[in-house]
Amino acid sequence: MSLLHVTIDGIPVEVEKGTTILEAAERVGVKIPTLCHIKGLMPDGSCRICTVEIQNRGRSKMDTACSAHCSEGDAILTRSEAVVKARRGILDMLLSNHPTNCFSCPSNGECKLQDLCYEYGVKETSCPGEMSNRPVDDSNPFFTYDPNLCILCHRCVNTCHKIVGCGAIDTMERGFESVISPAFGMPWRESNCESCGNCVAACPTGALTSKRKQNYRPWQVEKKVLTTCPHCAVGCQYYLMVKDNKVVGVEAADGPSNHNTLCVKGRYGSYDFIHSNGRLTDPLIKDRSTGEFRKASWEEALDLVASKFQAIKREYGNGALAGFACSRSTNEDIYMLQKMVRTCFGNHNTDNCARV
Amino acid sequence: MTNTIADVTRESDVILLVGSNPEEAHPVFGMQIRQALQRGAKLIVVDPRNIGLSKQAAVHLKLKPGTNVAFANGMMHVILEEGLEDRSFIESRTEGFEALRDLVKDYTPERVAEICHIDPEDLRTAARLYAKADRAPILYCLGVTEHSSGTEGVMSLSNLAMLVGKLGRPGCGVNPIRGQNNVQGACDMGASPTDFPGYQKVTNPEVRSKFEQAWGVSLPAEPGMFATDCFPAMLEGTIRGLFIFGEDPMRTDPDTNHVRRALSALDFLVVDELFLTETAKLADVVLPGISYAEKEGTFTNTERRVQRVRKAVPSPGNAKPDTWIFTELMNRMGYPQPHLTPAQIMEEISSLTPSYGGISHARLDSEELHGQGLQWPCPSPEHPGTPILHVGQFSRGRGLFAPYAYVPSMELPDESYPFLLMTGRILYHYNACAMTDKTPEIVEIAGGSFLELNDQDAARLGIADGDTIRVSSRRGTIETTARVSGKTSPGECWMPFHYLEGNCNWLTNAALDRIARAPEYKVCAIQITKA
Amino acid sequence: MRMEDRNSLLERRETAQQALSAYRCRILVCAGTGCIASGSQVIAETMRKLCQDLPNVEVECCGHVPHIGIANTGCQGICELGPLVRIEPYHYQYVKVKPEDCAEIVEKTVCRGEPVERLFYESQNGKTCPKPEDIPFMAGQTRVVLEHCGNIDAVSLDEYIAVGGYDALSKALFDMTPDQVIQEVDRSGLRGRGGGGFPTGTKWKQVAAHTEAPVKYVVCNGDEGDPGAFMDGSVMEGDPYKLIEGLTIAGYAVGATEGYIYVRAEYPNSVSRLHYAIAQAEEAGLLGENILGSGVTFHLHVNRGAGAFVCGEGSALTASIEGNRGMPRTKPPRTVDHGLWEQPTVLNNVETYANVPNIVLRGADWFRTIGSDNSPGTKTFSITGSIANTGLIEVPMGTTLREIIYDIGGGIKGGGDFKAVQIGGPSGGCLTREHLDVGLDFDTVKKYDAIVGSGGLVVMDEHTCMVEVARFFMSFTQRESCGKCSPCRIGTKRMLEILERIVAGKGTLEDLDKLEEIAEFVRKNSLCGLGKSAPLPVISTLKRFRKEYEEHIVDHKCAAHVCEALKQYKVDPDKCIGCTKCARNCPVEAISGTVKQPHAIDPDKCIKCGTCLSGCPVGAIYVD
Repeated sequence: MSLLHVTIDGIPVEVEKGTTILEAAERVGVKIPTLCHIKGLMPDGSCRICTVEIQNRGRSKMDTACSAHCSEGDAILTRSEAVVKARRGILDMLLSNHPTNCFSCPSNGECKLQDLCYEYGVKETSCPGEMSNRPVDDSNPFFTYDPNLCILCHRCVNTCHKIVGCGAIDTMERGFESVISPAFGMPWRESNCESCGNCVAACPTGALTSKRKQNYRPWQVEKKVLTTCPHCAVGCQYYLMVKDNKVVGVEAADGPSNHNTLCVKGRYGSYDFIHSNGRLTDPLIKDRSTGEFRKASWEEALDLVASKFQAIKREYGNGALAGFACSRSTNEDIYMLQKMVRTCFGNHNTDNCARV
Repeated sequence: MTNTIADVTRESDVILLVGSNPEEAHPVFGMQIRQALQRGAKLIVVDPRNIGLSKQAAVHLKLKPGTNVAFANGMMHVILEEGLEDRSFIESRTEGFEALRDLVKDYTPERVAEICHIDPEDLRTAARLYAKADRAPILYCLGVTEHSSGTEGVMSLSNLAMLVGKLGRPGCGVNPIRGQNNVQGACDMGASPTDFPGYQKVTNPEVRSKFEQAWGVSLPAEPGMFATDCFPAMLEGTIRGLFIFGEDPMRTDPDTNHVRRALSALDFLVVDELFLTETAKLADVVLPGISYAEKEGTFTNTERRVQRVRKAVPSPGNAKPDTWIFTELMNRMGYPQPHLTPAQIMEEISSLTPSYGGISHARLDSEELHGQGLQWPCPSPEHPGTPILHVGQFSRGRGLFAPYAYVPSMELPDESYPFLLMTGRILYHYNACAMTDKTPEIVEIAGGSFLELNDQDAARLGIADGDTIRVSSRRGTIETTARVSGKTSPGECWMPFHYLEGNCNWLTNAALDRIARAPEYKVCAIQITKA
Repeated sequence: MRMEDRNSLLERRETAQQALSAYRCRILVCAGTGCIASGSQVIAETMRKLCQDLPNVEVECCGHVPHIGIANTGCQGICELGPLVRIEPYHYQYVKVKPEDCAEIVEKTVCRGEPVERLFYESQNGKTCPKPEDIPFMAGQTRVVLEHCGNIDAVSLDEYIAVGGYDALSKALFDMTPDQVIQEVDRSGLRGRGGGGFPTGTKWKQVAAHTEAPVKYVVCNGDEGDPGAFMDGSVMEGDPYKLIEGLTIAGYAVGATEGYIYVRAEYPNSVSRLHYAIAQAEEAGLLGENILGSGVTFHLHVNRGAGAFVCGEGSALTASIEGNRGMPRTKPPRTVDHGLWEQPTVLNNVETYANVPNIVLRGADWFRTIGSDNSPGTKTFSITGSIANTGLIEVPMGTTLREIIYDIGGGIKGGGDFKAVQIGGPSGGCLTREHLDVGLDFDTVKKYDAIVGSGGLVVMDEHTCMVEVARFFMSFTQRESCGKCSPCRIGTKRMLEILERIVAGKGTLEDLDKLEEIAEFVRKNSLCGLGKSAPLPVISTLKRFRKEYEEHIVDHKCAAHVCEALKQYKVDPDKCIGCTKCARNCPVEAISGTVKQPHAIDPDKCIKCGTCLSGCPVGAIYVD
């Protein structure tokens, strides 16, 4: 197939037919801002912020980079005066229906609208008017929806429909009254929402926010550690967000089996237990007469275990011991456990909970 | 899985989903199946319950639990009757076809319909849909394996896939969706009475001598005991000392009364755990291990993909890495085991396990892999891993058709215990909820045990949705909440197995799969009364 | 019943024509939505009862017994004069018929062939018009799309066949290849009647070229949502078979086997008649599998809209058929490549498809003899507002506004002065006196910041406030915006707010600049055609009536006396006799004055309730 030749801000690039301007720009490292776009899905095109100027054969037109395909000879301008004016206009409009008390917003510091307004120097709206005033939906235990902070980019809706395949939410009402909502305006909690939180992760503003965010601000996260979810065998990849040596949240990663998505267990049910008060912190030895446990040192506990096992082995033979591994633990742990059984117990009485 | 998740969801025309509810048990996989359906793939659901996906299915075969073998044989009967089999695949890549053909001859749709309580036309439709599709994977889960005929069910599904040549190709395969995060790895690592790491048989002298040489000990030639066989052995006094690492059989094994008696009969029980579980409470010594967020290592997912686990936070109190605990014990029991880092342990694994031969932490962490992990078999450091198994050739050469006749479940409803009980997972919890029940929001949404009861049965028993009910089997009695709906067929009930209160495993039957020794969690007989 | 070949169609035509000519008399009652509203169904029922009582005749019975027919026809367009009743073979056209007139009609016309003269239309110059074509409103038209409306029973397949229906389809199927059909449509220069004016032949070619697609669709846009527009509705309810025939030809031409007609929720008559007509056509072998034995298959389905204006936009319409929320999507991919269920789709409106049978039958050259060079053919318009004859008309493209308003429409109602016409619906623009001699076609109208659109013409006279008109249309588009893209969702809201301020007398001149700026922004940056054209009423009124805006802002005056907030109640001191009645009746004590002295109204207190005006015994109070 023959290639099309276009330039992006003067940088030439060859692309296949059907390549969007956004994709072409990405190839040459030109960053075009987006709000509604989700890579891999059909363009939504609702936010219009990726508007660029396309010059060809003496004519100039504006179009959205997420949806417009490159044509032979296009000279695409991503930061021309007309482009900046259009983007400022869009931000101006969005800001006319968006509160600017960012200090009290859970997404302060990681809000794309905030970032773009800063970048384009839009400090306040030039056309103030009526602002949405709808009740906040606090019904889901994991997250909150504040429609008044919503810019209707539909990332949540597209995520829920096309990626999660759940379809719990959609746009309701029309015109200025449009709002994202579960069916018939029912509370989030009562809908068919599966609480996977992928919509929350997709939200560019503070409209959908995790309630756990009250425990930390984005800039307080000291490190993000890429790891594998410990629940089912899909093996989703995600980051553990660590603040003060505690895991405070989870962020999906682009793993081969999960592609930036997570389920409710992975996103919300995979770290509280780490810091649970119920965690065992010391070896415990049971007094057989009372049935009570007492704390013990590692030396004492390990010596006791080794000597008891040795004694059983001596008295009843190698076959009298067994060791079960945990199919929730790591390969390395399991390998060492079966090695222990085979080398020290002297038998193959080892198994795991694959069957149960 | 023979294939990958992306492959079976993106490349397939038809998906045959048997005894699996991925929307709840493997939600992120479920999401990708839903994407496949949006893309236009057709779905065949074979499940005794109305699962979420059955609404979107082209065909839903609402089988009577425990009849998978009959179903698979019936599918093959239709395929052969209508000449939809893949002749050239059968001829070039398989053996034993005649025996299969002779066996499935008797499984007419009408007869299978009677066994499975389905419409024979639906079976025909499903068989045509699956056989005629260019690419169609079989996905299955515990609904196939957790039966006394579990292995036979799996083999029958493999027969079905081979019959139509849907193996060793993209968008095809026979794909068990494994349960726990590292159940694949646990089996790979040789936590098995019959296999060393990498499914190397303990009965094979060459293999044994390789491990004897590497480990510097002599190893017994006879296999060990399956965990499920250990419990009766504890009661008999054959097993006297037990080390349990991170398992909670008091909650997860069938027939809890039986498990309690067995564990209590031990001379010495040691449990290495994060929490004081029901099982740990019975131990003589409890050793505090550490969680996945506190250690380095690897998990192997259902796609055979080895991925990294990384340390994010320090461990609490005096808790110790589990490998440290094992190493200390080994040394104390007279085996000189040096302390190794997880990366060093993986080196030892790869040196002894051909399928893991090319896997190391360094490689998994490298730029080369872009965090994509490695799918075994990965025999050498240069090998890219194997996304699809059985391409061109099966591991034994030719694929052997292993036909099995249908055998009913061990315990079926009768006059005293008139209902059939199945068990399974719900979206919000994982297994014994040791991890998930520490998240208060999850507990708020999905706090308690329940039993799904068919609405006609409920009406007959005078039980309303939300009523507290008493459920008994020959082995125990629990109280739980009734959820009345048409999700299960009349005479059939379903319970999640996550909860401590109202745990279904007081009821379940410890009858074992004749071959793989997995318990028949999916079928036992119960009676129900209003509490 | 089912016709298996071309010949059966010809035979059926002969039979149908014989049956028609065998009627002693036919009573054609208009069953357009307008006439139904003015009571035509009662007339039809009364006629039936009266005729049944006549000796020696049967109603609706063919054979050798003398018989009378009563038929419900499609809309004739002069809705103003309904209910309309025509008696054939005498060709008498009665207007504004009441149930009590029926006996006389039966007695005189049906039985004796004599006219009831008092029921004839009398034109403005006093001329009596016994026949439909005598009525100036009808005389000025060229009816191609609406040719059967008023002349045959709207839902009778046999009558449609009798007047030549399905000749075009059989010609296409048996004498032409699909490609030849497309060539003919392409050569005819037919352009999309939905408003865009995109060449229909080009669209069909693009869809036909997708030979790889497993399935293709033909979709008909019958979601006519513009306020005051009822052209497509009249075709769907008045001549459903013509639309079905056109769609079937389109399906054959592009290789589609499935078709959908998307009808707006407010057209129950269209829906029921289409359903009936589709069933009839299927039964006759003119639709469905193996049409007329040709091996060609085409299935047609009717979808009802749910009342969203935006579903008239192509991609929103297909989304709605798919069961999703009707919201436009970005293009590419275009509907011709990825339309309904992501398959190649021809999407045209009702009037476009209704033109197809005539083009196929009479040829592209004939079609090009009508209308203008770049816009051949006719166009239907619905004319409403301050015009003497409101109704539905069909004229050649390029007909001037003057001809439409004065010759056909009978001029301004009440003889007032023409001020402007809103053309193309809420997202169209306004044309004024200076455009009276502009010929209306796609390209010409565009030059004047307006669009032909689907053909709604709202005529406005001196009593119309153009700011209020802009506000009205803006409140419509804001309410009907799908809410997807931010320029349309928020921009129309902000424009509406400014317009509301201005009509309330609270606007500023800066508001005007802002209004213009936002209008331009919305036009340039909205996602779909509706959003891009939503500001057109503002842009064109600002351009042509800026003075009116400024009067509202600077002088707080609404010259048309429409904007309530700007009305000023004043006392004419010369007339006031100081009776104090107004002061006593004023609910807010805004009127002061001493007895027998002229009173005065405090404009700050006045709430413009009008009590003083209606109560003044000497007419001294007036509105400024």
